[in-house]
Amino acid sequence: MGRYIVQRFLWMFIVLFVISMITFAMMHAVPGGPFTQEKALPPEIIANLEKRYHLNEPYWKQYLLYIDNVMVPHISKDAAPEMVDEALVEISLPGGNYLRWINFGPSYSSRSRTVNDIFREQLPVSIQLGVISMVVAITIGLPLGVISALKQNTIWDFLGMSVAIFGVSMPVVAMGPILIWIFGVALKWLPPTGWGAKPPFTLFFIPNTLGSWDFWKHTLMPAFAVGTGYSAIIARLTRASLLQVIHEDYIRTARAKGLSERIVTTRHALRNALIPVVTILGPMFAGVLTGLFVVEQVFGIPGMGKYFITSITNRDYPVIMGAILMYAFFLVISNVFVDITYAWLDPRIRYD
Amino acid sequence: MTNSEMMIPEASDQDKERGLWMDALYRLAQNKASLIGGGMVILLILMAIFANYIAPYSFSEQDRQLTDAVPQWVTVIFPTIKPYAEISDKFSIGADYVGRDMLSRFIYGARISLVVAIVGATISLFIGTVYGLTSGFFGGQVDNLMMRFVDIMYAFPSMLMIILMMAFFRSSFAESEPGSLSYMMNSVDQRFGGMLFIFVGIGITAWMGTARLARGQVLSLREQEFTLAAKALGASSSRIIFKHLLPNVLGPLMIRVTLAIPGYISTEAFLSFIGLGVNAPTPSWGSMIADGAVAIRTYPHQAIFPAIALSFTMFAFNFLGDGLRDALDPRLRGTQ
Repeated sequence: MGRYIVQRFLWMFIVLFVISMITFAMMHAVPGGPFTQEKALPPEIIANLEKRYHLNEPYWKQYLLYIDNVMVPHISKDAAPEMVDEALVEISLPGGNYLRWINFGPSYSSRSRTVNDIFREQLPVSIQLGVISMVVAITIGLPLGVISALKQNTIWDFLGMSVAIFGVSMPVVAMGPILIWIFGVALKWLPPTGWGAKPPFTLFFIPNTLGSWDFWKHTLMPAFAVGTGYSAIIARLTRASLLQVIHEDYIRTARAKGLSERIVTTRHALRNALIPVVTILGPMFAGVLTGLFVVEQVFGIPGMGKYFITSITNRDYPVIMGAILMYAFFLVISNVFVDITYAWLDPRIRYD
Repeated sequence: MTNSEMMIPEASDQDKERGLWMDALYRLAQNKASLIGGGMVILLILMAIFANYIAPYSFSEQDRQLTDAVPQWVTVIFPTIKPYAEISDKFSIGADYVGRDMLSRFIYGARISLVVAIVGATISLFIGTVYGLTSGFFGGQVDNLMMRFVDIMYAFPSMLMIILMMAFFRSSFAESEPGSLSYMMNSVDQRFGGMLFIFVGIGITAWMGTARLARGQVLSLREQEFTLAAKALGASSSRIIFKHLLPNVLGPLMIRVTLAIPGYISTEAFLSFIGLGVNAPTPSWGSMIADGAVAIRTYPHQAIFPAIALSFTMFAFNFLGDGLRDALDPRLRGTQ
């Protein structure tokens, strides 16, 4: 088991490397560069800009330079000689040296900011929304699924699954405008757009306005719009898998040996029925995060999504690379987590 | 399966006569909700196929005198727009911001959603199932290699990847030489209003989830006694995979693919919503919502009508899928 976990983590790095390479290749395969504009810049200026950002170097060198900046810690005498060299992790060492690590580089399209700045200010907003949406999804979905399965073919089952079908049938693109119109325009209860938290954040993503209505009134609609869809997936999966498990022989055995119905349900049925549910939760959170573009676009939330979409049209290489790597990192971590949980929950699964 | 056969022997005799798929069809026809869903899906398909006969106007025809026109009945539902709206009953659900008939655009828009749904589901089910079953059944090095590939593909954030690929295809293929493959793909894409690249994007990202699920199920199933029994009786690998494992994993897989169909539809809607989906005059419900969302304060119906249409389509597929699940999952047999 220990060896398996180490193995998975090693693989994670390889996966991230391959992803960074594919992304790098795809970005550069698209004709035109970040400084190709409608009104063409003088060639000297383009040459200078490209030199400044090392775009005149051969591709392999650009790639290695990027990986070096992101992965390898650098030690130098002064704090941050230039804004571009600023890093996410900066530790002052004894002797006036500084250790700098994780530098995703500059943003070409907004010259006054780096990709690190975008991560620091926009990513936390996305994470806040993602976490709250997940909480909404699980608190609605899990009980709904369990009740529907335990009371199969009753009115409760029917009601639960109707709610689930309703949730899964309303994509954010459709639900967003409807919610905005009802609560934002017609009733005027909630603000139709915007977000109620600004950097700096505690512990990277916890907003300082967490206790105030100002934060929650901006959160309710988007979190609900995202959460209901995912709660439906959780509910249906929980129901389906619990139904399968309930008809297994070992459940009958558990009942036959006189265990109470509560113990049979929680200890024997749920524990096994939750395997597929747990499998989906990790990637689901990563999926919620990477899928937040939609809700951010619909509700005008200043998260990562907006920046990623504009960065693609602008050929803002470092932002594209940074965003894809960051999200891929979330996805890989969640998958590793799932595989380990899998092995822990179902001892029949052997990894050798 | 063994479970229900032991309990209700008569039913299993009937099963053998009808076979797995006929049995599933029979059960599907008995489920009212799924019949309604199936009916709606068939209606949508007919609407999409015969769009040019049903639609009162062409999807790109403009009436510049009647931009944002609304018929009488819409002002009854949304009274706020009465004071400033251009009221005209020429268009039965109103005109959009350049004076195109929304009903016609809505009817043509069904084409995009349905084709995306069918193509996405087919790719996901076929590639994913075969891949996952093979990987899970053989295990060991084969499993390791195959799943590492899925890991890499899976770790690509799918929405980001689709967006990146759309940008890549659109700009690089637009500038290619006539006669080359990319030129051909681009002209096919142009002909279909920008749908080809949506398929490629969804296709590349759709099958991995199914593969992982199939493999996960098989991993657990192949350790169970009935697989061992089949092996002991000398059944070949392909027989075990298709006769013993496939029926057992099909239920969860169908649920997964069913859950995914609305996902493909909404992916397309979102791509069109942000302007990376279908090309400009081709109508898609996503781009209609995007156009309407801009004017959500003044003309809310322009966003809300296509939003409802999108939801209804997804409802229909979900109802149908639910029925399919109950019909296809052999372990739920005899439990009703």
